[in-house]
Amino acid sequence: MLIAVIVVLAVGTYGFRLGGALLRERVTLPAPVARFLPLAAVALLAALAATAALTEGHGSAGVARPAGVLAGAVAAWRRLPFILVVVVAAGTAAILRALGVP
Amino acid sequence: MRAIWRTAGRALIRDIAAIAAADGFVGVSFGAIATSGGLPLWAVVAMSVLVFAGGAQFLAAGLVTAGNPVAAVLGGLLLNARHLPFGMAVGDVLGRGPARLAGSHIMVDESVAFAMAQSDPRRRHAAYWLTGAVLFVTWNAGALIGGVLGGVVGDPNTFGLDAAFPAGLFALLLPTLRRARRDAVAPAADGPSGMPGDSALPGDSALPHESAAPGDAGTPPRDPAAPWVAGIGALIAVAATPLAPAGLPVLLALAALGVAFAVPVRKAAVTC
Repeated sequence: MLIAVIVVLAVGTYGFRLGGALLRERVTLPAPVARFLPLAAVALLAALAATAALTEGHGSAGVARPAGVLAGAVAAWRRLPFILVVVVAAGTAAILRALGVP
Repeated sequence: MRAIWRTAGRALIRDIAAIAAADGFVGVSFGAIATSGGLPLWAVVAMSVLVFAGGAQFLAAGLVTAGNPVAAVLGGLLLNARHLPFGMAVGDVLGRGPARLAGSHIMVDESVAFAMAQSDPRRRHAAYWLTGAVLFVTWNAGALIGGVLGGVVGDPNTFGLDAAFPAGLFALLLPTLRRARRDAVAPAADGPSGMPGDSALPGDSALPHESAAPGDAGTPPRDPAAPWVAGIGALIAVAATPLAPAGLPVLLALAALGVAFAVPVRKAAVTC
């Protein structure tokens, strides 16, 4: 049963990955529609970032994580190197948690 | 592979190493949580290597150990359905034949985001493959280590690692959003704030510019609708999270593409 779960999930996931790449090649899209492909990735990545920053399960992610992400976002906005963005975000959340902030 | 390293350059490699290290620790926590929940070590490793999608792995491991294998599969697939539009957006970096078969497997949020943050096709290709390959190694090594160590591993949230992923994604999206705005203001040229990398020729193999943030060298899509699509998509996903099953809120964000109809494309926008 466990093997079946892993195999079906793996095959399905791989199917999505390869399927998207193949669709892109097989289907010739008119220019106005082709415009939506990179925009779709932008929408999905922004949605991932927002839900990962603000939510946990079906509820709120608390305070420390959004605050950490906000600090990282400010660092990114001010064009700090990417590695500092990551370190600032994690460090802020870690410090807040150490102080007892949920 | 050596060509990929050279094309990527030191700054991009350092950026990728940062996110790979963070993801490696999350992989450790996946291995630890999954084995603590009752998943055997072989299953932890097999799932990490074969599925290679963090969110779906956490969800599926939790549901399958709770005795709900069907929900584990359906939930995991719903969470991973976003890879279909991802593949359509960045499928060009995969190449053809065996390369595409291998490259598809390392399609994760991070490799897509790093690729999207590059403008030059060769750097897009290098960023995608390097991010995917390095993450594949650190994620699976992390899962194995966590699986062996089990309950000894502490909560990665103590180190704030849960804040690293969304902040990193935001940083990778930012050049796309900025670029869109800049193009909307000055569509003819690269604008006054153009980074040196903006003028990089496709044949430029030395790549002397090492941008501070990945993708500051300009980035597709140069679409004035991108900031609107990103903002509204994020709002939709967060608003849907309390009600919709995991994975669906992010897919619902695609509805934000509707605003693209309201934002006209100028000529420069389609040449990305």
